[in-house]
This record gives sequence, structure tokens and C-alpha cells, in this order.
Amino acid sequence: MVEAVNAIELKNITKRFGEKVIANDSVNLTVRKGEILSLLGENGSGKTTLMNMLSGIYFPDEGQIFVNGKEVMISSPKDAFDLGIGMIHQHFKLIEVLTAAENIILGLPGKMTLNMDEVIKDIQALVDKYGFELDCRKKIYEMSVSEKQTVEIVKMLYRGSDILILDEPTAVLTPQETEKLFAVLRNMRADGRSIIIITHKLHEVLALSDRVSVLRKGKYIGTVNTCDATESSLTEMMVGEKVSLNIDRPEPENPREILKVSGLTCLDNEGVKSLDDVSFTAFGGEILGVAGIAGSGQKELLEAITNLCPIAEGTISCVNEHGKEVVISGKSPEHISKESIHIAHISFVPEDRLGMGLVASMDMTDNMMLRSYREGKGIFADRKKPRELAERLIDKLSIVTPGVSTPVGRLSGGNVQKVLVGREIAMHPDILLVAYPVRGLDINSSYQIYNLMNEQKKKGVAVICVIEDLDVLLEISDRILVLCGGRVTGIVDGRTATKDEIGLLMTKGQKEESHV
Amino acid sequence: MSALIVFIQKAIAQGIGMLFGATGEIITEKSGNLNLGVPGLMYMGGIAGLMGAFIYESGAENPSGIVGVLISMLCALLASGFGALIYSVLTITLRANQNVTGLALTTFGVGFGNFFGGSLSQLAGGVGQISVAVTGGTYRTKIPGLSKIPVIGDVLFSYGFMTYFGIILAILVSWFMYKSRKGLNLRAVGESPATADAAGINVTLYKYLATIIGGAISGLGGLYFVMEYSGGTWTNNGFGDRGWLAIALVIFALWKPINAIWGSFLFGALYILYLYIPGLGRSMQEIFKMLPYLVTIVVLIFTSFRKKKEYQPPESLGNSYFREER
Amino acid sequence: MFKDSSLHIAARDSIVWWKAWLIRLIAVLLSLIVCAIVIFGLTKMNPVEVYKGIFSGAVGTSRRAWVTIRDTMVLLLIAIGLTPAFKMKFWNIGAEGQILVGGAATAALMIYAGDSLPTPVLMILMFVASMAAGVIWGVIPAIFKAYFNTNETLFTLMLNYVAMQIVTFCIVYWENPAGSNTVGIINSATRAGWLPELGGLTYGWNVVIVLVFTIGMYIYMKYSKQGYEVAVVGESQDTARYARINVKRTIIRTMGISGGICGIAGFLLVSGASHTISTSTAGGRGFTAIIVAWLSKFNAFVMILVSFFLVFMGKGAIQIASQFNLNENASDVITGIILFFILGSEFFIRYRIAFTKAHK
Repeated sequence: MVEAVNAIELKNITKRFGEKVIANDSVNLTVRKGEILSLLGENGSGKTTLMNMLSGIYFPDEGQIFVNGKEVMISSPKDAFDLGIGMIHQHFKLIEVLTAAENIILGLPGKMTLNMDEVIKDIQALVDKYGFELDCRKKIYEMSVSEKQTVEIVKMLYRGSDILILDEPTAVLTPQETEKLFAVLRNMRADGRSIIIITHKLHEVLALSDRVSVLRKGKYIGTVNTCDATESSLTEMMVGEKVSLNIDRPEPENPREILKVSGLTCLDNEGVKSLDDVSFTAFGGEILGVAGIAGSGQKELLEAITNLCPIAEGTISCVNEHGKEVVISGKSPEHISKESIHIAHISFVPEDRLGMGLVASMDMTDNMMLRSYREGKGIFADRKKPRELAERLIDKLSIVTPGVSTPVGRLSGGNVQKVLVGREIAMHPDILLVAYPVRGLDINSSYQIYNLMNEQKKKGVAVICVIEDLDVLLEISDRILVLCGGRVTGIVDGRTATKDEIGLLMTKGQKEESHV
Repeated sequence: MSALIVFIQKAIAQGIGMLFGATGEIITEKSGNLNLGVPGLMYMGGIAGLMGAFIYESGAENPSGIVGVLISMLCALLASGFGALIYSVLTITLRANQNVTGLALTTFGVGFGNFFGGSLSQLAGGVGQISVAVTGGTYRTKIPGLSKIPVIGDVLFSYGFMTYFGIILAILVSWFMYKSRKGLNLRAVGESPATADAAGINVTLYKYLATIIGGAISGLGGLYFVMEYSGGTWTNNGFGDRGWLAIALVIFALWKPINAIWGSFLFGALYILYLYIPGLGRSMQEIFKMLPYLVTIVVLIFTSFRKKKEYQPPESLGNSYFREER
Repeated sequence: MFKDSSLHIAARDSIVWWKAWLIRLIAVLLSLIVCAIVIFGLTKMNPVEVYKGIFSGAVGTSRRAWVTIRDTMVLLLIAIGLTPAFKMKFWNIGAEGQILVGGAATAALMIYAGDSLPTPVLMILMFVASMAAGVIWGVIPAIFKAYFNTNETLFTLMLNYVAMQIVTFCIVYWENPAGSNTVGIINSATRAGWLPELGGLTYGWNVVIVLVFTIGMYIYMKYSKQGYEVAVVGESQDTARYARINVKRTIIRTMGISGGICGIAGFLLVSGASHTISTSTAGGRGFTAIIVAWLSKFNAFVMILVSFFLVFMGKGAIQIASQFNLNENASDVITGIILFFILGSEFFIRYRIAFTKAHK
């Protein structure tokens, strides 16, 4: 019997979400035994979805999966386990109050009595074999992110996975930790295991993997041997030719300074800098695009400007039409000028539309009130104006809904976004912050949203938008601010910048830090 | 000295009923189910045990205490287990709100206990006072020999078997929870059912079993109160608020059965402390009776303040779990 | 576990209102059948007679009907009081204690000021005092919830028993006759501090006060700015932050309102019904009201129906029980069975169950 060379073979895998979204379009992928394969692609290119079909989270609509040469059906995580496929997700599936060892053996069959010493000995053997660093008796909540990741990997190995999928494992690691991770991954490869690593960091791909497969917008682009690839050849495969979308970009009229951010630094729950010394100015009458790999500080930037995220250092100030500058947000909120509320209206379309920007179970009228219910005297809220606004929006933005009294959670994604953007624009903002405005939207709705943003720009509003699709960003923005690891790595002109240029800026910070 | 011995004895006697209730509720809560029906389950267990023993004693020529004990225990376990089954079906399968279902179960269970307790003689054909002297007597039998030792015998060996059973059970549950694979799985279910599910644990089965077995054990607390504490008689509402104290004890014990053992003695002591403090007016006695609840509140505030992970309730407590539909 | 199952459970997007009510009606009918079987098993009474008996027990005479109405009103008021807290997803299971402290405040005024103040002044004082007591009892756990995220379910539960001990503490001073360890009927001769009749109806004021609160709460929740804040906080604290709602203040304020209304229920129970106070003055109503509010989905008018139904069945069951010399706690058993069925029926309203062919 000839041993199959390929650990995994995917043939023509297609996965759709709903009618309009095709996450994976007829993708082919081969993973050899004992190799490290990088799965490269931009945010939203369908990497994670593809791998979730291997780990039993999703089931493909079309196509075949072969494991060790045999065609298989993977319909649950357990099926994947049984085939020796283990996936380490970005959000770890660990129980905080249990120790590492307890998490590793969770749910496994065995003797009634649990002899932890024995278990730990077994695990330790595995840990030593591949050169992990892990204290089996330590509880998960006491661990750093990298330790938790180690637990996840060891858990998969302990359960006998010889095909490991890691979803952006280095996104949360320091350069030193990344180096350690790569070392153990190489040890595992030497032991004959296959590893798929999902990433969009080029230097890591080059440093670690044997081959690289590239996805772009759900489609399989190709696979190359890492030794034949360079950063620029991979970037080209990843971002592709510039696609013309014909989005309007009116020239800014009389731009004036409206928002000034200087030295802005924010800390996350673990005390790590999520924003690091960010400074920029936004002008009225222009669209400032924000580019960056997911989790580079985009969310924190918008939330800091709207005072929803505490600021560790730096200030944010607004300038009114008479040139008067007032601090609206800073380290200690007490020092913020009382005038700040009146100087500039900031509208904000957050990323989590139904969890933050709207209340899913409330109808349109009540959602219109969210930002304005305090208006008017007395204890009663005025619902007449919000209702009129809701009706106007339905009319103007052609929102498809049974009526103003239907809970917004029942509307389709595009209509939900129109409700949210419509409300924020109706507040007549001076500054409009928009996070991922077209995520999950179909083409028509997307263009409607672009038009709304341009309309605001023409009115002299400073629009700041975070968009993951570089094609869109390059066509709509007047200037593009690139974030990498919470730092500004560049502010470029949207009319002259190229995709490659921005792609490199998006990974620039990491390249300087790590020396893998 | 002798007053102290009596105090200790009484405190333990008060505590054991709560210990059973708390041990059972800890098992239940470790699966993520907050069963506020425990007071009801304890009433159900108590009355069912009494009825079982009563029917046996009034039917048998020469009732044997041992048989009476076995029958009453079985009846108690079945009744309270059945109550917990109702709760399980409603909250686990039908995804009803746990708090509301638990409170409905308490309404039902307390009513069930008082109804049968108050109507038993009528239903049995007007036999007058219900009493199961033989069975009750067996429950109250002290350890022969050892209980005669002065002081030590009084403090350690002068209780019926349920007292020792309750303590051993709590130790066993503690062993199960922390030293066995199934116990580890159970804790995982209560912390994060989704993670447990992903690790191949049958979450529904664990929740059902933990809730029913836990409920049955809680019911033994009621049985203890009826049989050993009251010697085999029923007084309506005689069980009082001990069921809620059992829930308080779970919090006080920080969800650890071993802590529940000494905690139950402490609660028992606090419960009767007012009788042993000289010079307390009647009104001050009532203030002293607040102590177990106040202590629990302090523990509750302290743990939320400290935020130490080990002191927190199981993460998923109160939420029903269902796998995401795909 | 459900892999091979042919049952497919899916959340419903929406359900036609009459279908939802049909499901609830079926649940109630099923529960009544089960209750009938239980009663038949115990009394061998013809089930039809059973329900005749229940009917007569609940509304058979004008006095019985008024007692049923009075108790319905109190239960309704407590459920109304709980509504804002629950709407905010704050598990206030401390209504029992909030009622008791309100009742104790009322009883204190009846005893100490009953003979020295004119009735209107006394009434207003008792009303305000009972409300204030309830507010305090509600706000304590809310403060800890707002600032330390202390578990409110368990906190409010514990406070019930602290309140109970406060009442027994008071009973020591108020007991009448001495040594009875009960308070007895307060001011039985002078009727001072008794909620007066209204237009010849003994419980007229009870009805008026409760209905005013019912309508007031309906308006508060539906039309006021604060009611809107409560709803947003309950749905999503992130959205509340986004909308610049002061979440801490909303939690504390709302629990003050919730506790205050439950305190007033204590006033109605003491001044408007029993004219005495004991640890069983609340009598589990604080718990039953939670279920009423929950089952009614916080709709004030559905609450009237549910409260009436539960009190009606309870009173009827007591009647049956006494007819057969059985214990009045039969009503709790009946209530429990009905609640189980209604709680279970909600599943069939929220989810659609489809039997699909097992796919191969």
C-alpha cells in the first residue's frame, strides 16, 4: 500500500452565507505530510471560513475533503478530532478557573479516578519533546496569552492531532514569543506533523513555512514554494490587481482643521498598549480612511475619540469654525472643558451595529431616540420626532422594513446599517466616525453608504472611516492613515497611494520589531 | 462546660439539614443550574420520607426501624429527585428561566409538603397525630458505646447516622468534584458549556444528572429535619427558612462541599446563638437570628469585591445552554 | 447529541399573537386537567364538581369575590413594582423583604401615631414611610450591583430574611396581647390607620391605588425618558454606554422605584387588608409576583389577568381543601402545577420544532 502523500486535500470547496455572500468559491488546497503551509490572505478573504470547514464548525455547501487520501465528511468538531485535525482558534476555548493540565484532559475518557500527577507526567513528556514552556499546574486565568496558546496547542497534540491549524497565532504574541512558537512548530514538523498557519504577515510566512497558499476574496489564487517567493510577489498575489470600483471622490472644498489627536495612548485590559502615541489631524470636507490589519487599534481609536475608551496619555481636541480649539477628551475627564459638548457634534457608527449602535429588540422609532431621547423638557420622551425621522429615513434610504414598529434586529444587514448610518447623519455631525461601514453588505447597499459618506464630506463634515477592503479605501479616501500595532506607520494621499504601499505600511511595525 | 457541649450539639443538629441542602445545590450549581427550588425540594423530601415510613409502620405488624429508614430514604430521594426532574425538563430541555422555574418549584414543593403534612391524617382516614416513632427512633439512635464517653462522646458521637452520612457525603462529593474525571467534566460544564461541548462532553446529560442527583440529596435535608431533628413528626412550615439558608450556605462555602461542612456548623451555631448569649432581650435575640444572612451578604460582597476567580460562582450559572444553530 | 435526531429546533422570528395565546391556553387547559386528576386522586371528587367548588370558593359570595379582588390587586401591585427591575434584567427576588419592611413601617405608624394624627395625614405618612422603607431595601443591593457587580439574585434573596427578622424584632415590642408573640389586629377598636372604605366598597382604595400604579407604570415604562433608559440598559449595557446613559445611576434609581412600590404593597397588606403584621405578611407573594411579571412579559394588562387567575385558583383550592378537611396549602400545589405548564409552554412560543427526516 502506498502511503498517501497529502495529509489534506480540499477540492472545489464552496461555502455561502445566505444568498449573496460567497465566503469560499471553489477553493482547492493541498497540505502535505510534515510541512508547514501558510494560508495567506487579507481580512475577509475567507481563510478562517475555509479552515472552519476542516475543524467541523461549518459544513461546506459543495466540494470534497480528503484526509490522508480518503474522502471524509466532517460535520462536527468531534469528527475533526477523530480524523486528527485540531484547530487553534483566535478565541481560545479554555476554562479560566481550571489548570492547564485539567483543560488538556477535559472530556477525555479514562479511569474514574483522576491522578493528576500521572496526567501531568504524560503532558510534560509531550511538552519537553517539542520544547514548549508550560507549567501544567498553572490556572488559565493566571496565564499570559502566549501561555494560553501553548495550552491549546498541547491540548491538540495530547488528543493526537497530527494536522494542526493555527488561526493567526502571532496576532497576540510578542516577537520573542513568536520566535518560541515558530521553534516548536518546526519541531512538530520534524516529527512528521502537518501544520497550517493562517496569517497575513508576510515576513512570518517567509520565515516559517514550506509553501504558501493564497486566498483573495474567497477565491483560491495559487500556491507557491516559499523559497521561490518574495514579499512583493506575495503581496501581489494577496492584494491582486487594483480593481476599479468607480466610487465617487469629490474634491475637498475648503478643508479646515476640525479634529486634532496628539500623543494618544490607550491600554487594554491586560495593560498592553492598544494605541501608541497616535497623532493626526482630521479636516472638515475630507474623508480620512484608516487602514490596518484587524486589531491594530482601529476600534480603540474611534472609541477614544467618542470617550468610550479610557485614555492613558494624550489629548483629543476639536476646533470650531472660529478657530477656537477645545480639548474634548484626555487622560482625566475632569479636565475636559465644559464647552466640549457644544463645540462639535460627533456621530459614531460602531462596528457592532446591533450590540452597540442599536438595540436589536427595539423598533426603528426607539432606535432613533437612542441619541436624542434627552431632548425636550419634562420627564417624557418625545417619540413623534423620532418616528418622523424613522419614516423619513425609510423613504430616503429606501430601507426595506415592514414598518417603523418592526424590531431592527429583524431587518437584513444592509437595512440595519442604513438605519444606523441614517440616524447618525441626522444628528448633523461635525465629525462622523464610521467603523467597517459596508461589512456584510451587498453591492447596492454598499454604494448607498459610500454616497452618504460623500454627502457628509461635501457638507464639510470630517469623516473618519475604518475600512478593511483596500480597494474601497483607495477610492473613497482623501487621505489614508495606516495603523500597525497601535502605531501610525504612515498617512498617505488616497489619490496617489498604491495598494502595495499601504500593504507594506500595514505590516511595517512588526517587521521592525521581530527578527525571525 | 456542659452548656458549651449542648451548644455544639444543637449547632450541629441545626447545621446538618442545611449541609444536605447545600451539598445537593453545589452539585446542581456546578452544572450551571441555579435551582432556587431547593427549599421546596427539602419539603418534598421530608414529607415523602415521613409518608413512606408512616404507610409502612401503619401497615406492618412489627415495623422494623431499619426497613422504615430505608423506605423513608427511598421515598425522600424519589420525591425530591422528581421535583428536580421537573425543574430540569423545564430549564434544560424547554429552556425556561431558571430563577422563575426555581421559585415556582419552591411554591409547589413547600405547598406539597405542607399539604400532605397537614392532610396526611385526614387522607389516611382520620388517624390523628402522624408519628413514625419506630423509624424516627432509629434515625435518632446514637453510636452505641462511643457516645457514652464523657465530653468527646457528647460532642462527636451523640448524633444519629444521618449526621455522619451528611458529612461523609460532602467529603465524597468533594472528592468527586476535584479528584475524578467526571467531576472535572461537571465543573467544566458549569463554567463554560460551549467549551465542554467542544471537548466532547455531553452537556445536556451532565446537567440533567447533576440537577436530579443534587436535588435528591437536597431532599435528604428535609428528611433529616423531619426524622432526626423532629423525631418523626411533621409541623407545617416547621422547616422554616432553612432551605434558603442552604442556598446561602452554598455561597458562603464558595461552592466547595468541604467548606459547606464547617459552614453548616457555623450557620447552625449562628442560628441558635441567641439562646446562649446571656442577658439578651427577646428583641436582641431576633437581631442575632439575622446573622447567617448577614454573614452570607458580607461574603457575597467580599467575593464580588475581591474578584478572585476561585471565589466566583460557576461562570454559566443561571444561563441555559444550547448549541448554536448552524 | 442531537446529531442523529430528527428533531430540529429553531428560534421563531415572530409568532402571530393568536398562536402564542393559543399555545398558552392549551398549557393552561392541560394544567387544569392535571390539577383535576390530582384533586380527584386525593378527594375522589368529580372533577366538574371540583371546578364548581373552585369557582364558588373564589367568587361564590360577594365577600369572597372582594377578597379575591383584593389579593389580586396586591399581587398585581408587586408584579408592577418588579417590572422595571426585570426589564433592566436586574433579578430582584427581594420583593418579599421589600414588602415586609414597607409593612413594618406602616404598622409602626399605626401603632405609634394611630391615635394622634388625623386619618388623611396618617394615610399619607404611612404611604410615604412604607415607600421609603421599600426604597432603602431595594437600593442597597442595587448600589453593590452597580459598583461591584455583586450578584443581585442572591443578595436580594438574603435581604428577605433580614427583613423578616426585623419584623420579628418589631413584634417583640408590638405584641398584643403580651406573650402571644403576635401583633394581633392593630387598633381594632378605633380602626385608626385602617385604609378607609371608598364609596362603600371595603377594598375600594386598594383597587384605586393599584390601578393608578398600574397605569402609571405603563406610562412610565412606555413614554418616559427614564423608562427608555431602563429598557436600553436591560437590552445591552454597551449600547447604553454608547448612548451616554449613566448605567450605575439607572440601576440604582430603578431599584429604588421597584423597592418603593413593593413597600407600598406592604402598606396595602397591613393597612388595607390584614391590619396586622407578621413574618408571613408577604406570604410568598413576592415570589409569585416574579412569576406573574415574567409570564406576562411585563405587559401590565396581561399581569391583571395572570394575577387574577392565580389568586382565583388559589382561593378556589383553599375552598375545596376545607370542604374535605384538607390543608389549605393545596392552593400552592395547584399554583405550582399551573406555573410549570405555563413556563414550559413558552418554549413552544419561542421555538419552532420541525420533524425532519434524518439525513443520510
